[in-house]
Amino acid sequence: MANIVVLVKYVPDATGDRTFTSDNTVDRVGVDGLLSELDEYAVEEALKVVEAGDGEVTVLTVGPEQAADAVRKALQIGAHKGVHVLDDAIAGSDAAATSLVLAKAIEKIADYDIVMTGLASTDGAMSVVPAMLAERLGLPQLTFASELTIEGDTIRIRRDGDAATETIEASGKMVVSVTDQINEPRYPSFKGIMAAKKKPVETWSIADLGIEASQVGTAAAWTKVLSFEPRPPRTAGEIVTDEGDGGTKLAEYLASKKFV
Amino acid sequence: MTLTPEHADFRAMVRDFAAEKVAPHVAQWDRDHHFPVELVHEMGDLGLFGLTAPEEFGGAGGDFTSLCIAIEELGRVDQSVGITLEAGVGLGIAPLQAFGSDAQKKQWLPDLVAGRALAGFGLTEPGAGSDAGGTRTRARLEDGEWVLDGAKQFITNSGSAITSLVTVTARTGDRPDGRPEISAICVPSGTPGFVAEKAYDKLGWHLSDTHPLTFTDVHVPEDHLLGERGRGFAQFLATLDDGRIAIAALAVGCIQACLDLCVEYAGQRTTFGVPIGSKQGVAFQISDLAVMAEAGRALTYQAAAMKDAGAPAKQIKQAASIAKLYTSESAVTATRIATQVFGGYGFMEEYPIARFYRDAKVLEIGEGTSEVQRMLIAKGLGLPVE
Repeated sequence: MANIVVLVKYVPDATGDRTFTSDNTVDRVGVDGLLSELDEYAVEEALKVVEAGDGEVTVLTVGPEQAADAVRKALQIGAHKGVHVLDDAIAGSDAAATSLVLAKAIEKIADYDIVMTGLASTDGAMSVVPAMLAERLGLPQLTFASELTIEGDTIRIRRDGDAATETIEASGKMVVSVTDQINEPRYPSFKGIMAAKKKPVETWSIADLGIEASQVGTAAAWTKVLSFEPRPPRTAGEIVTDEGDGGTKLAEYLASKKFV
Repeated sequence: MTLTPEHADFRAMVRDFAAEKVAPHVAQWDRDHHFPVELVHEMGDLGLFGLTAPEEFGGAGGDFTSLCIAIEELGRVDQSVGITLEAGVGLGIAPLQAFGSDAQKKQWLPDLVAGRALAGFGLTEPGAGSDAGGTRTRARLEDGEWVLDGAKQFITNSGSAITSLVTVTARTGDRPDGRPEISAICVPSGTPGFVAEKAYDKLGWHLSDTHPLTFTDVHVPEDHLLGERGRGFAQFLATLDDGRIAIAALAVGCIQACLDLCVEYAGQRTTFGVPIGSKQGVAFQISDLAVMAEAGRALTYQAAAMKDAGAPAKQIKQAASIAKLYTSESAVTATRIATQVFGGYGFMEEYPIARFYRDAKVLEIGEGTSEVQRMLIAKGLGLPVE
């Protein structure tokens, strides 16, 4: 028996143009967005866990109105119900405030065994929310799982580091984040797309979660983005003409950049 | 057009699938004339073969519009993959679903709907194509069994490793007025005397599984008769009407592919220091491709919507023929234009446009030639055409 809450995020489509709002935060309203690709691995893993035993998958998102698309996609893939925390006051929140909203929402959901997340969001890419959330909820955290097995109420994961591979386990309620190595997310089937229309989605405001407007948003952020500049387009590079000494020139170039 | 948000989500899903699972392999499969059985299974897992099948057999009970969307999006990446789905559903599953007995449906539909198996539709013969009344394959009832002798040709999905049966039209007698009595009979793969001969060497559709079939003293149980005795011809005509709308969707995919490839290429390829798309001679032709794609799509999905809404058969027939004729002839024109836009590269197999050029022609031939469509449209107009 495992009820799983999967955190999903609506992010700007990486293939489109990205823009920033006047307060230097990512514009999430005026751009085409989608369910963060890395979250699909968490949805897939959660579905695998409940399909192997029983339980339900609830997807939870915090974001503007369009973020409902991310919830809908997860429901089409197979999640059972959705929760969308939608409140104008949340715009511009940093990771700490976001983790507060998520923690309060998860406490309100109450009936869960595992909180599952992706590796990182594909827009902010900070990868800190799972740890912050575990701290706020007082739960063990198993992060960066590239393999996951369950025995009773114990979960064991493989965590691939640069220098070593760790096997870690925890029991009881916990927060688990998964990498893009853990599975191959399924496509939503036609039946899944049709069925998603009838699945329940609740929309909560921060007042529903007992959070004050002053605790979230740009004003409450611990850090502030002062400025941004689009990265300059890539320059044309340097073309080495081979006049019999092409190899030497290439080696000199690599040496000058300390590659060799 | 009555496309819903779910149709849009479904289109996006099939587009993703085609980009990830079909596009990277298709050039090689085409070169090798390889029928990708694994891909058929994956399409089955997505529910594509079961889109319009009833839920009790594992289908989704969805509408015909969704099937057209899937065929268009697959056809936009590769026409052979599109036809494999079109024929799998329209010619393999549809006759069983419409005319099969409960026992026949229980025996064959679950595997077909799941994409674990495929069925072929044996209508065309060396001497009988659009003139299906000229059927020479015979079946006689003998000691509770049908005994078939004859041959079929150009039968899609009929000889793959996962083909489970072919439904075959055969003369089962003569009517009082001297015309042949045509019935349809299910012939399971592996029945002694039923042979799917060596696959055809075709101009296009290289991934598609197409064989000539021979039947020599083939015995199947009497209950393998599909639908009513003597109704085989009428049943297959009904099947073909729907197939025409699906072929139109495939043709729209082809036109859209030409448009996408040309817009990209004409913006990149430079001659005389400017992109070729800045030349009106090129740009205007690509504009024409956009018109063909939009007009073709409108005709196709209007016909599909009529079918979904249960419009009168006569209206659907006319809309299907008009959509099939316009889109298939436009697809051939579109591939000719796109090949010209690509210049010398258009003639090279390393660019996908050459494959679309080879694949498009059959759209004007299969499931009723352009001539047959014009004849049907003229009849629909009440003209005394022969």
